[in-house]
Amino acid sequence: MQYFTKIRQLLDNKFATRAILAALCVIMALLPLFLNNYVLNVLWNAFFYMLLAMGLNIIVGYCGLCDLGYAAKFAIGAYTTGILIKTYHWNFWLTLPASLAVSIIAALLIGGPTLKLRSDYLAIVTLGFAEIVRITARNSNITGSATGISAIPRPSFFGIRLVKPNHWYYVFLVLVIIFIIISGRIRNSRVGRALAFIREDEDAAQAMGVNTTSYKLLAYTIGAAMGGITGSFYAVKMTSISPSSFDFTQSVNILLAVILGGMGKIPGVIVGAAFFAIFPELFRDIPVIGDMRMLFFGILLIAVMLNRPQGLWPDKLGSEPGGLPGDINTVGRR
Amino acid sequence: MLALGGVCVFSFSEVVLQQLINGLILGSFYALVALGYSMVYGIIKLLNFAHGDIYMIGAFACLSVFGVISKEIPGLAGIGLSIAAAMVLAGIIGYLVQRVAYRPMLEAPRLSLLITAIGVSLVIYNTVMLMTNGQPLFFFSGIDNSAGFSFGNIRITYVQIFMLALSATTMLALSFFISRTMMGKAMRAIALDQDACRLMGINVNKIIGSTFIIGSMLAAIAGGMACVYYGNVQYNMGYTIGIKAFTSAVIGGIGSMPGAMLGGLLLGLLEAIGTQVMTSMGMSGSAWKDVFAFGILIVMLILRPNGLMGKTDVERM
Repeated sequence: MQYFTKIRQLLDNKFATRAILAALCVIMALLPLFLNNYVLNVLWNAFFYMLLAMGLNIIVGYCGLCDLGYAAKFAIGAYTTGILIKTYHWNFWLTLPASLAVSIIAALLIGGPTLKLRSDYLAIVTLGFAEIVRITARNSNITGSATGISAIPRPSFFGIRLVKPNHWYYVFLVLVIIFIIISGRIRNSRVGRALAFIREDEDAAQAMGVNTTSYKLLAYTIGAAMGGITGSFYAVKMTSISPSSFDFTQSVNILLAVILGGMGKIPGVIVGAAFFAIFPELFRDIPVIGDMRMLFFGILLIAVMLNRPQGLWPDKLGSEPGGLPGDINTVGRR
Repeated sequence: MLALGGVCVFSFSEVVLQQLINGLILGSFYALVALGYSMVYGIIKLLNFAHGDIYMIGAFACLSVFGVISKEIPGLAGIGLSIAAAMVLAGIIGYLVQRVAYRPMLEAPRLSLLITAIGVSLVIYNTVMLMTNGQPLFFFSGIDNSAGFSFGNIRITYVQIFMLALSATTMLALSFFISRTMMGKAMRAIALDQDACRLMGINVNKIIGSTFIIGSMLAAIAGGMACVYYGNVQYNMGYTIGIKAFTSAVIGGIGSMPGAMLGGLLLGLLEAIGTQVMTSMGMSGSAWKDVFAFGILIVMLILRPNGLMGKTDVERM
């Protein structure tokens, strides 16, 4: 336990963090030279979960809102791109702004009316909305009904057609780095501090002049937009999408990655997402454990909440000098 | 249930009446489950995510008990006894969940409590899925589900009458309990101010435990009724009804008992009529009926977030 604390202190040190990050970037960039396609695909899957978890982290980790329908956000992005490419023959890169716009509009429609109310209403509304999206996708012609959209052409990037596993490895690695930068910049900005304040004590935040409704809506919209973009890339990487990829289990998985990893803490979220992507691969040959996966996660979730309500590797914003007053473990409890 | 249409030519008013009956039945399921949601929300402000799974456990318990006793006690008496046994089991599980997972979290932030509830739901859901291998189990009540009265083309079966009577009795008993007994009074008091109750000598933890037991028992009644009515039981049956019961509670005004009953019945009626309207418009009504229900939830929250019978003050987290 003492060593664990020491390692954590080392990782929380700014200089050490940068050195480790630089080394990690180099290692990750060189990895495809040594790995086979299977491992690359597993890593790609881990990157994919990291992107989703970082998007949801803005909503759950930074702002303390509970979103139980995050799969719908990336479904919206994936279907927007899929439909625009297949039905209207758009270039993939041009569908990205469209997917961004649709995600933002959907988030505003859902978040706008509900975020004014008790925050826990959002949980059930997002769940209901995710079901609406999934059922609509399953029963509409334009989304290809239950079979979904298939044979979406792969895009090219400066003349290189992105077909090989290592192409996608690099595309998603770059996306992960971009998302890390975005998340980090938001966290350390005025917006990030306002969101942390709302998460810790909403009434106090409001009393100090933070417009809680618009900040919550902002966090929700940014999170949804990140999910939408991830969905667009997912659609062209997989070349086929179907409603079953966007069900409730998917939303729960992403939520678990964020919560178990450590709400609000970017490295925590990344480790959590990697765990969720790689864990099933480790046990894929042992059927009983594979089936018991979600049961195990449920028990883990309760145990973590009972003992470490802020996740395994929580964010320390709040206990830093110059940050919010008080410790994260005492503020906001009632 | 929906197969009633299309067999013969119905007049418009008959279709409406038939759907009213169907909606009433559906609504009594929602209302019973919504009551549990609303009671727990009223008292500790927790969205009890595992409530739908308690309903599912009630259904499985009823099915198992009836399987054992149906040789000795067949028919309605046996079903009644099975539902009673299911209520006991669901009450115990509801209490245990509260004791183990929620009670230590009562002082924690609301988000942590909500996430714990999701964890509980995952545990119950996956345990039952592993125990039943994900297969549905079938319920043979020995009662003819189609026997009943006919008024022209409108049919109401004995089973439907039994279920309406059972849910009406339950709800009346609950109203009496909440409004007339000491414990009901204590529940209402805790919903208003927990600390003041503690100072007045009310054992708050005991009352919260009782609320979970009663809420779970109500869900088990609905689960037992679902056994008889639909004839099959599956591990995922609690998920959709959980969201719909929450919708009902929101329609009525969350935390309000009469609101939950009214909301449940209204949602059942709206869903039955909505499905009928969509079918007559040439769309697949049954595929879209959940969209309809969840759409009502979102519209309701936009237009009247405190529900039809909820208090008008907006409560913040």
